[in-house]
Amino acid sequence: MAENLKEKTGELDISSSGADGYVSLSARRQSSGKLGDAVFKGVAYGFAFSVILLMALLFIVLVKESWLSIKAFGFSFVYSSIWDPVAQEFGALPSIYGTIVSSIIAIVIAVPISLGIAIFLTEMAPKRLKGPIGTAIELLASIPSIIYGMWGLFVFAPFLSEYVEPFLIDYLGFIPLFTGAPLGIGMLPAGFILAIMIIPFISSVTRDIFQMVPSILKESGYGVGATKWEVIRKIVFPYARSGVIGAVILGLGRALGETMAVTFLIGNAQEIKLSLLDPATSISATLANEFTEAVEELYLSSLVELGLILFLITFVVLALAKLLIARFSYKGGKL
Amino acid sequence: MRDKFTIKDLHFWYGEKEALKGISLAMKEKEVTALIGPSGCGKTTFLRCLNRMHDLYPGNRYEGEILLDGKNLLEKGLDLIKLRSRVGMVFQKPTPFPMSMYDNIAFGLKLMGVKSKSEITGRVEKALKDSALWDEIKDRLHEPALSLSGGQQQRLCIARAVAVEPDVILMDEPCSALDPVATAKIEDLMTDLKQNYTVVIVTHNMQQAARVSQYTGFFMLGEVIEFDTTEKIFTAPSNKLTEDYITGRFG
Repeated sequence: MAENLKEKTGELDISSSGADGYVSLSARRQSSGKLGDAVFKGVAYGFAFSVILLMALLFIVLVKESWLSIKAFGFSFVYSSIWDPVAQEFGALPSIYGTIVSSIIAIVIAVPISLGIAIFLTEMAPKRLKGPIGTAIELLASIPSIIYGMWGLFVFAPFLSEYVEPFLIDYLGFIPLFTGAPLGIGMLPAGFILAIMIIPFISSVTRDIFQMVPSILKESGYGVGATKWEVIRKIVFPYARSGVIGAVILGLGRALGETMAVTFLIGNAQEIKLSLLDPATSISATLANEFTEAVEELYLSSLVELGLILFLITFVVLALAKLLIARFSYKGGKL
Repeated sequence: MRDKFTIKDLHFWYGEKEALKGISLAMKEKEVTALIGPSGCGKTTFLRCLNRMHDLYPGNRYEGEILLDGKNLLEKGLDLIKLRSRVGMVFQKPTPFPMSMYDNIAFGLKLMGVKSKSEITGRVEKALKDSALWDEIKDRLHEPALSLSGGQQQRLCIARAVAVEPDVILMDEPCSALDPVATAKIEDLMTDLKQNYTVVIVTHNMQQAARVSQYTGFFMLGEVIEFDTTEKIFTAPSNKLTEDYITGRFG
């Protein structure tokens, strides 16, 4: 044993003659694999760090390009609600407000519906429905947003202005959120279209999460005499909680940055109105509408600063998501 | 002792596949019955018939009779929720719910409609004492159940099953994920549980079956080859297959 395994200058001394007259395989094993390993490691590291580099570059360019506007307006850019290209005065508040409010509307509508779809698909649907509905959802998620925008403008907006909004004004008009004219475009329609766009995303992600709940955990619930609803509410939801929060935040992230469909439906008015039926704007809608017209340097710089703000909002939302997921994760215990 | 379960010519199909081919046997009240046999022989399938767990999944079909205290469990319109609170179950791996130890046990009690906080607390304590877990966790009942060790988690699951006062406790290889020390504790516990409950255990471990059970059924390919007292099965089996299996010649 000591003879066979003694070390010689860091290498194992391996007997070179194997059975049957062949040189033993361990002696033939080439060490050149080590070089391959090193190259692979280096390349993988390089790719991974390029992500961080890209992100840093993006941030630097945004700051640099918006520097003119940052210098001119300072912090008032964020809280001023005047956006007047003619007077060369720019304030981002209407865009920020519109971005956040339309996304919140979308989340409020989309989350319960998406959870319902996901629960139906994982816990209730018979096999022959699971496949088709699941595929339909994935297809919906892959439709380009411009199509949602066109459908929203030509089909959904007239429907809203003819049926939904008059109803809201008549019956909920005492709430200031639902006053004004039934235009069919504005904050609420934008929120609706965003909800429609993120429902497929949130429901397919949460479906995958619910599918990961171990079946013996659910069976344990049924085993002590729980009904389906009790198992879903008390076992499936708590178990999947962190994943669901993550899915919702990712959906929110999509809604915040969504451009085309919102641009079609939000009305593009640089003002802050309490009523959700009035036209408004969002950061991405403002950018999409005005980039081509922005000839003055300050105008362009202000638009870039809007982009910078959107970048920061999304960043903060995703960071919050990470915190929430860590806070609510199902601790320990593999099943 | 009278018979708790009487099974008459039970057939079971997973879709087209017949997994149980005419099982007939009777299990005594307040005794431990062990089901042994090679993998895929149908013993777990049989166990899961006893609380109709198979009904959770589409395409499964039963035929025959499962009598619990003389009442056929395969009758149409049977209240499965009630059945499962009378026939509790413990699984291959510990399955604590994502909540505190206390809430794990209170879960079933609340479902049964126990409202009074003091009654719940009293019953939780009793269930934990019955499962020999009380002394180990009484000071941290409100910590997450997942902070317990595997063996403790499994005893917690037994406590959870016991808390709702079932007649029968089904155990599907309850020690397969546990180390020998934790296994020994669960085996002791089974002997204690026998005072008040009818216990049916599926196990791959023949020594375990010999240690804890009074009756043993040997399953193979969806049929009961032999069912008798544990003593008889392990000392003088009447069937050659049973003898070959328990002496380790196959399986």
